[in-house]
Amino acid sequence: MKNIETFEQEIRNAIDAADTIEALEAVRIVVLGKKGTISEKLKSLGSMSAEMRKTAGPLLNSLKKQINKLLIEKRDQLKKTALGVQLAYEKVDVTLPVRQTPAERGRIHPISQVIDEITTIFSDMRFTIATGPDIETDYYNFTALNFPEGHPAREMHDTFFLNSDGRRERKLLRTHTSPVQIRTMKKQKPPIRIVILGKAYRMDSDTTHAPMFHQIEGLVIDKTATIANMMWILERFCKIFFELSSVKMRFRPSFFPFTEPSMEVDIQYDRSGVDVKFSEGKDWLEILGCGMVHPNVLRNCSLDPEEYQGFAWGMGIDRIAMLKYGMPDLRAFFDADIRWLKHYGFRPLDIPTLFGGLSS
Amino acid sequence: MKFTLSWLKNHLETEKSLEEITDTLTAIGLEVENVDDRSAFSSFVIAKVLTAEKHPDADKLQVLNVDTGEGKPIQIVCGALNARADLIGVFAPLGAYVPGLDTTLVVRKIRGIKSFGMMCSERELLLSNEHKGIIDLPTDAPIGMPFAAYAGLDDPVIDINLTPNRSDCASVYGIARDLAAAGIGTLKEIGAPSIINQAEKTSVKIELEFNGAESLCLGFAWRVIKDIKNGPAPKWMQQRLTAIGLHPINALVDITNYLTFDLGRPLHVFDADKINSNLTVRPGRTGERLKALNGKEYVLSSRNCVVADVDGAISIAGIIGGEKTGCDQKTKNIIIESALWNPDSIARTGRELGIISDARYRFERGVDPDFMLPGLEFATQMVLDICGGKSTEAEVIGFEPSAMRKIQFPFSEIKRLTSLDMPEDKIRTILNNLGFKVAGKSKTVIVTVPRWRPDVSEKADLVEEIMRIYGVGRIEPQPLENDLTAQNRILTPLQINIRNARRALACRGMLEVITWSFISEKTAYIFGGGKPELKLANPIASDMSDMRPSLLPGLIKAIQRNVDLGFSDLAFFEVSDIYEGDTPEKQRCVAGGVRRHTEGLGGSGRFWNGNATAVDVFDVKADAITVLEACGIAGDKLQIESTAPSWYHPGRSGVIMLGLRVILGYFGELHPETLEALDIHSPLFGFEVFIDAVPTAEKKATRTRVPLVLSSFQKVTRDFAFVVNKNVTAARIIRAAAEADKKLIQSVQVFDLFEERNLGTTKKSIAIEVSIQPVERTLTNEDLEILSKKIIDNIIKTSGGYLRK
Repeated sequence: MKNIETFEQEIRNAIDAADTIEALEAVRIVVLGKKGTISEKLKSLGSMSAEMRKTAGPLLNSLKKQINKLLIEKRDQLKKTALGVQLAYEKVDVTLPVRQTPAERGRIHPISQVIDEITTIFSDMRFTIATGPDIETDYYNFTALNFPEGHPAREMHDTFFLNSDGRRERKLLRTHTSPVQIRTMKKQKPPIRIVILGKAYRMDSDTTHAPMFHQIEGLVIDKTATIANMMWILERFCKIFFELSSVKMRFRPSFFPFTEPSMEVDIQYDRSGVDVKFSEGKDWLEILGCGMVHPNVLRNCSLDPEEYQGFAWGMGIDRIAMLKYGMPDLRAFFDADIRWLKHYGFRPLDIPTLFGGLSS
Repeated sequence: MKFTLSWLKNHLETEKSLEEITDTLTAIGLEVENVDDRSAFSSFVIAKVLTAEKHPDADKLQVLNVDTGEGKPIQIVCGALNARADLIGVFAPLGAYVPGLDTTLVVRKIRGIKSFGMMCSERELLLSNEHKGIIDLPTDAPIGMPFAAYAGLDDPVIDINLTPNRSDCASVYGIARDLAAAGIGTLKEIGAPSIINQAEKTSVKIELEFNGAESLCLGFAWRVIKDIKNGPAPKWMQQRLTAIGLHPINALVDITNYLTFDLGRPLHVFDADKINSNLTVRPGRTGERLKALNGKEYVLSSRNCVVADVDGAISIAGIIGGEKTGCDQKTKNIIIESALWNPDSIARTGRELGIISDARYRFERGVDPDFMLPGLEFATQMVLDICGGKSTEAEVIGFEPSAMRKIQFPFSEIKRLTSLDMPEDKIRTILNNLGFKVAGKSKTVIVTVPRWRPDVSEKADLVEEIMRIYGVGRIEPQPLENDLTAQNRILTPLQINIRNARRALACRGMLEVITWSFISEKTAYIFGGGKPELKLANPIASDMSDMRPSLLPGLIKAIQRNVDLGFSDLAFFEVSDIYEGDTPEKQRCVAGGVRRHTEGLGGSGRFWNGNATAVDVFDVKADAITVLEACGIAGDKLQIESTAPSWYHPGRSGVIMLGLRVILGYFGELHPETLEALDIHSPLFGFEVFIDAVPTAEKKATRTRVPLVLSSFQKVTRDFAFVVNKNVTAARIIRAAAEADKKLIQSVQVFDLFEERNLGTTKKSIAIEVSIQPVERTLTNEDLEILSKKIIDNIIKTSGGYLRK
């Protein structure tokens, strides 16, 4: 059986030489096909003597097994190589850019974002949010809020009035969100704990004033609310809103027709550098007005000032947005310049939460 | 309200520092707006010109050698005509900032000669407008002394922002009283001087003439002083007036100005020799004219109050005097007026005539009525001291002292409102120091309000007085306890929908803008607005005259501004209010948006794997539906009609309806005429969704969802294509298919739509994919055949079309 070794070697050589799956398949047919060389030899076993068969049988069968195994191995190898070539061919330039997802392109206006921040803070203190109409009557905007007749704010150079057709009361654009205090107190029995958000209008236009702006007001009415509670709320608000570990605030007596006692509140800040830094430095920045609701205002809402008491505060949303996020000019808030919107706007998934520390 | 430190110390005995004083002022409600420590003047010194020689190369210049009191003389080049040897003036050394020139001095070479500083004029130091020559001081002025100290310019000027209720602090005396109450020193009492009357009666008679109407004059005190000499006011008075920004004029005018600020008592002085007859205080006459001391002429009416002689008005009462009867250097005999005026009348007249004056400021806020006569006495004494002359008897008419206001005040009120627990004696002391009288020994006292505090009328006012003097800073913040029984949903459904709408639209790549609530009249009409009751009577600009009937005009304008900046692909939205009328319920809450060019959901412009296509009506339809879905309405509950308002393209717009009645919104391409009217030259697509029209979902008893039933049989799909008339809507075909078997048919999707000439010009082809979900058993071919036939029949029946083979 010397020639079986040569025979085997020839087959092995042929397998080695096959460099494609097709060539390998051709080798397989030549060797193991129906009329293949090994198949033919196996067929010839029948015509052999029993003794020869006894030696040749196992040899041939083992050869078939080995060759089969070799063919499978080679096939896998060739397949792998071919796949490698194919994959190399399929290579793409993964540095090519992809389109930005819409949620990443869109922007929420800073005013809306700050409104959500304020809502987040005050909802945690169980305040509900109240709103009211922009077009108001003199009564809700001034009279009920204890503005005396002839107060300068009631004049045309401060307040926008709507045309009156002579028959009805002349309406106006509210100059503050405080009419909502009156509307709420007239329809809801204390305890009242609301935050009022909305637009207000005054005849003004410069870098820090616009004819339309946004205000936030708070109102607490019950039988025990004091200035001390008001201070606590405002300090808490400023701390969370401006995201400071501590905040230095200064309450100083002031005057508003609808509160008594009245105060203005300053926050300590440092403006020596490029950025405004809070709770540092020696400058004070006025950020809000507040006070105990004036007894006349309570009376105007049919609440007895001997029984009920409470406090209110108000500030400009635009203003605190500018302070927190550093926009220099209020008028740009209403210009809708795409560059400003993209720069100062917020991604829609930047949703203010207390667990996330308000802003990202 | 401005004053200087030394002026304050005239009324307040104190050792406190400037900083302590200003800190206290702010703490008690007299907010310090600015403190000018006058350091700007610190570098100027008094110097003597030793020699003055003509500049060799310039006719009008001299070369001076100046002795500044230290070291060797300094050489300067000077152009002043009055510069001469031995002149003592004010020297500004190198490095000094000269405010009138807005320059910091450096060495200069003038026509070849170096100059090491300058001698200053009054204008250069902003002391006056005097610029004829350099300052020429008396010969005894000490050389080398800082000029500021010599001239009283080192007196810090404090400017406080007075709140409108505190007319009592529109005087240095009033401020001193507040500071004294707050523990900053002792108030120096001022007693009114007693004028030694010469028994001579005042020669001028004055009458109030209001003919039965309400008198606008609440008291008028006056007197004549004869034989005075009106020169410049004393230096100290001029210095104080200059420091607070007033220009000294002459002694009589300066005295009235000084007392206005010093004691809060506005006065007026008439030149008696320029008055024709006795005087009348009366309403103005329609068309009556008066040339006032500010040089302007005013046309008066019966709404104004004037002082008049027979020739007409000589002053606008309580606001400004007339030029004709004003005092000058030649004035010999005067009438001093100290009066009380109706504050509302003063405010109205001042506003109507546009006059701002220190007298108006005080009268309209309220002056101390009890000080009318003492004020006259102070003024008289000052005139006699400064100008000499002979006083006559004071006269008063029309004055009736009003009753003192009394407030019943329980001390507990302080704690009730502020939480401050104050000792009773402290409360009494503070009230007393502020001039209030406290009567009674019990826990509730009667507090009498001084007449200079018209702003204090009830308990809360007293609490403020006590709190501000005691110290707001002493109040310890106290937590406001959370009422956890309050409702667990903080926001209303509408508020939640507004929030969701914003975030949903931003998630579609749009940018949120905020535009003005008012738009131009023309635009308002185009968008269905322009109602008379929504027009502003006093718009700030002509294109901001009407309350907007829609968000689209503002959005379109915003888009156009950005187009003008070179941006073409834009998608803006706004969630805000529009106005259908002037009542609260006519204010609607809307989400609106506009897309332009290729700014669709996937991104805009060219891109390597496919350029963005132009946006169309379906992009904004998707925006609108997204808003509604974000507000909790399922998209399949909505019906689309094609009758959008006139500002939309009639063939490329839709109305979103809920049922037959509720209009939830509009979307579409903007009408070419709308765009043309707004001067826009490329198509825009917009939408408006009425968020407030979204019905509030009824609160379910349970949050548990309906059980999920899953079929285990394989889903099948079948495709069909029909040729139908163009006016057959996709919605009809979808509905017809779905209704073939509501149980088995899960969804119907339009996957192809085309119009081709060979279909005929009025036809279109529409292809649908129907998803069928067997429920009870696997469907046989026969089942599917029957179902398909039903689908086809239904569609042909409703559309009048045919199945494409």
